[in-house]
Amino acid sequence: MSLTDLTATALLAKLASGDVTSAAITEAFLRRIELHDGQVGAFLRVDRESALAQAEAIDRKRRGGDPVGRLGGLPVAVKDVLCTRGEPTTCASRMLESFRPPYDATVISRLKAADAVLVGKTNMDEFAMGGSTENSAFRPTRNPWDLTRIPGGSSGGAAACVAASMSPLSVGSDTGGSIREPAALCGITGLKPTYGRVSRYGLVAFASSLDQIGPLAWTAEDAALLLEVLAGYDPADSTSVNLPVPRYTETLGQPLENLRIGLVREHFDQGLDGEVEAAVREAIRVFESLGAAVRWISLPHSKYAVATYYIIAPCEASSNLARYDGVHFGYRTDQRAMVAELEAQRKCLEQAGDEAGLDALDNALVRLYRKTRSEGFGPEVKRRIMLGTYALSAGYYDAYYLKALKVRRLVRDDFDRAFGEVDLIAGPVTPTPAFPLGAKIDDPLAMYLFDLYTVSTNLAGIAGISVPCGFSRGGLPIGLHLQSPPFEEERLLRAAHRFQQATDWHRRRPRLAADVA
Amino acid sequence: MTHSADPPYDLVIGLEVHVQLLTESKMFCACSTKFGAPPNTQTCPVCIGMPGSLPVMNRKAFELALKAALALECEIPRMTKWDRKNYYYPDLPKGYQISQYDLPMSRHGGLVISDPKGRFETKRIGILRAHLEEDAGKSMHDEQAGKADSRIDLNRAGTPLLEIVTEPDLRSPAEAKAFLTELKLLLNYLGVSDCNMQEGSLRVDANVNLHVHTPQGPVPTPIVEVKNMNSFRAVERALAYEAQRQYEAWRETGRRLGDVPKQTRGWDESRQATFEQRSKEESSDYRYFPEPDLVPVTVTDEEVERVRASLGELPARLRARLEATYGITPYDSDVLVNQGRALVDYFVALADRCGDGKAAANWIQQDVLRTLNDRQIGIEHFPVSAEALADLIQKVRGGQLETSRGREVLAGMIETGKPADEIMAAMGIRPVDDADLRDLCRELLRANPKIVADLKGGRLKAVGGLVGQAKKRNPNVNPSRVQQLCLELIQEL
Repeated sequence: MSLTDLTATALLAKLASGDVTSAAITEAFLRRIELHDGQVGAFLRVDRESALAQAEAIDRKRRGGDPVGRLGGLPVAVKDVLCTRGEPTTCASRMLESFRPPYDATVISRLKAADAVLVGKTNMDEFAMGGSTENSAFRPTRNPWDLTRIPGGSSGGAAACVAASMSPLSVGSDTGGSIREPAALCGITGLKPTYGRVSRYGLVAFASSLDQIGPLAWTAEDAALLLEVLAGYDPADSTSVNLPVPRYTETLGQPLENLRIGLVREHFDQGLDGEVEAAVREAIRVFESLGAAVRWISLPHSKYAVATYYIIAPCEASSNLARYDGVHFGYRTDQRAMVAELEAQRKCLEQAGDEAGLDALDNALVRLYRKTRSEGFGPEVKRRIMLGTYALSAGYYDAYYLKALKVRRLVRDDFDRAFGEVDLIAGPVTPTPAFPLGAKIDDPLAMYLFDLYTVSTNLAGIAGISVPCGFSRGGLPIGLHLQSPPFEEERLLRAAHRFQQATDWHRRRPRLAADVA
Repeated sequence: MTHSADPPYDLVIGLEVHVQLLTESKMFCACSTKFGAPPNTQTCPVCIGMPGSLPVMNRKAFELALKAALALECEIPRMTKWDRKNYYYPDLPKGYQISQYDLPMSRHGGLVISDPKGRFETKRIGILRAHLEEDAGKSMHDEQAGKADSRIDLNRAGTPLLEIVTEPDLRSPAEAKAFLTELKLLLNYLGVSDCNMQEGSLRVDANVNLHVHTPQGPVPTPIVEVKNMNSFRAVERALAYEAQRQYEAWRETGRRLGDVPKQTRGWDESRQATFEQRSKEESSDYRYFPEPDLVPVTVTDEEVERVRASLGELPARLRARLEATYGITPYDSDVLVNQGRALVDYFVALADRCGDGKAAANWIQQDVLRTLNDRQIGIEHFPVSAEALADLIQKVRGGQLETSRGREVLAGMIETGKPADEIMAAMGIRPVDDADLRDLCRELLRANPKIVADLKGGRLKAVGGLVGQAKKRNPNVNPSRVQQLCLELIQEL
């Protein structure tokens, strides 16, 4: 068995016992990236030299008997939505193609302090908007299980790099399912923590009230390890919550007595693919066989979750993305060409004596904004900025944004009620397995509806995990969705771990042919 | 045409005042708020709106705002929140300003204004709301040589601002100026803001219209927002100009409130006129919504009471106390209190020591304030202590010095910082023995038969000639004593 087939936990044991060095592990994963990422496209950048230098420094520490951090030299891939000091942080957007933040995100600092080896930045939907990673301005990412299919999104690169054994651990962000959905479609484990559990400082914002950073890995055990490092109060993020972080890896093996699992009636309605439903029902039977009590529950407002999400998230996005105006950082249109064009238009209007046209003509500043944003953003980002701007406009605010906030409250109330009866809520992560690239690219509504099982977790601010629970006849992974009350990540991880002890879906690896190149 | 004393309309004015709070650091980050640093040296990822950065509220700024709000007699909701005000401008790096929209940190207060000169009745101006927000940066447009070059300084971006919005309760430019003066004084007393208009730590916009008297009743004219007023005097003049302009516009067009969209006009100091600003960029929909990066702020009863207890004696109460305790006029108390707390403390020490509030007020207003003005210094740098000045005033009251000599002595004290006795000695001022003075008067009477004749003929004014000569002989003589002695001695002749 090669090093890249091992879980992070297994690798960490080898590192601790001195069987292997961080440099060797890092080199193995870098080789794997070189061999396969041309096909998969999980990474936007790979920092080979810096990764090896970090690994060697950690090895020296270990050899010298100095204390080594929690991740002790394990490679970690980071979604390109997290600021890394002095290094490009693009959000897979032309707008930030040349942006190098002068600071590290809090989670990056935590990873560094824990002696993670940062191997590179992973691909994503532009500004985390999308569910297929096709909205990356630079390249699509392909599903390692079937290169003609999408890996899910927006953390598509983050999930694909783990699934393709190019990194044992990976950090993503989840605003409406962006960790759990690609984890499900790529057959790995991905956890969206409770809102406030992980600091958002340095996470380039998509929708601030919904965004949360979380781990992706093969197993719940590995996710627990990474979450221990990521989670924790941060005074630089006012919305982070000051609660102690449990040692998830230590409590992982404790049994869950009298576990009560709720199945959401509304999630087994029409639209759910038969193979997905069968795999999820089989997973529930596994839990029953382990002693869990399963009952049906109702989340009556869940049918409004997608509509609510696609108002609140674009509203916040329209404001969060206003700063990309070509003035202070990021992409700026070619100013000389812009001024020349504007002058030509002015002359033309003057010659025609078109007073109204002249009056309506942009001034240079407005034109700078207009051209910069037209050229710098891709179509999905523009669509959401327009949706959000519209919904927040005078005359529409009450009907859209305010109403969405009220429904959000009702969605949260549904969960509160449900968690009075059950400990966890289980169901599908996605309505179908991974679809082919391009299948939904011209149908944004179909793409949005793909999020229907995951967005309510974010609206309610609770925690959710996706766990591999089967494969379609075509060999595509299927994910089981578990949701817990706020700050019960420990419960989620224990349940997922227990499931993984009883099943081996998480042990399957895609077969990738080496790049011809 | 008859000229009536009153114009045929009521002027209706509401003010929006922005004051920078005297915090060490900015509203949502740790950058310094110090004025005058080289451009863009007081910035960080948060205040320049770097992707991924997040705001954290400055609790000290909130406390200062709370102080101001309580002093303005506002209601303090126990929960308040932040909102985003969205608009594009290069000096607003995030593309939105963090402000407060529908749940401001305070509302429904008031500030009493009065005019010692009696131009208007004492009245309470309602405060609609006062809320916290962050300041924008500064744009500098250099348009020389046709090469438009704009520069942006973000040092100011994120500085805490308190926006105070009045009810439309002001009825004249004088009232508006009085309100601003009183507000500035109050905020100075509280240590909330230095309200320095030159440095931009106080900015005023005014909403103005008229209620024109017509036989059918009052008719409101369209509301105009006036901006770019750079001093309280400019506010006064701009409002007077606007009143006249709006009245003429009304007579010309008959336009009422609602007939046209709200207009924004700027005050042109050099032309002493308002001018219409392009309304295209102004007509914004700010798309306010709750700021998701900040949590709502809760305020406890204990906190409100603690801050209320820390307010100290505010100007209005201080004036009343000075009038009651020291018997000074409202005019005097106004002048003293308006100079700030330090001068009031000086006055109180002086009045207590010399035992005469009225004299203390006079000496301060005539001599002390002139020196402070000439030297552009505050009372804390005035070279004569209240004790030393009290000593001098007592000498004058005791007849050792006449007032004009006293003032010369004070000038010497200010110059040298030495006590009155030393200055008097140096000036050769010493008490004159009454027997010696009697001899001197006799001598003068003998030497001036003409004056003696006049006096005997009942022309008492002629004694002034003798007083003059006496002063020439000995500058220390008390003129009234000389006069008294001369008239007494003339009977003996």
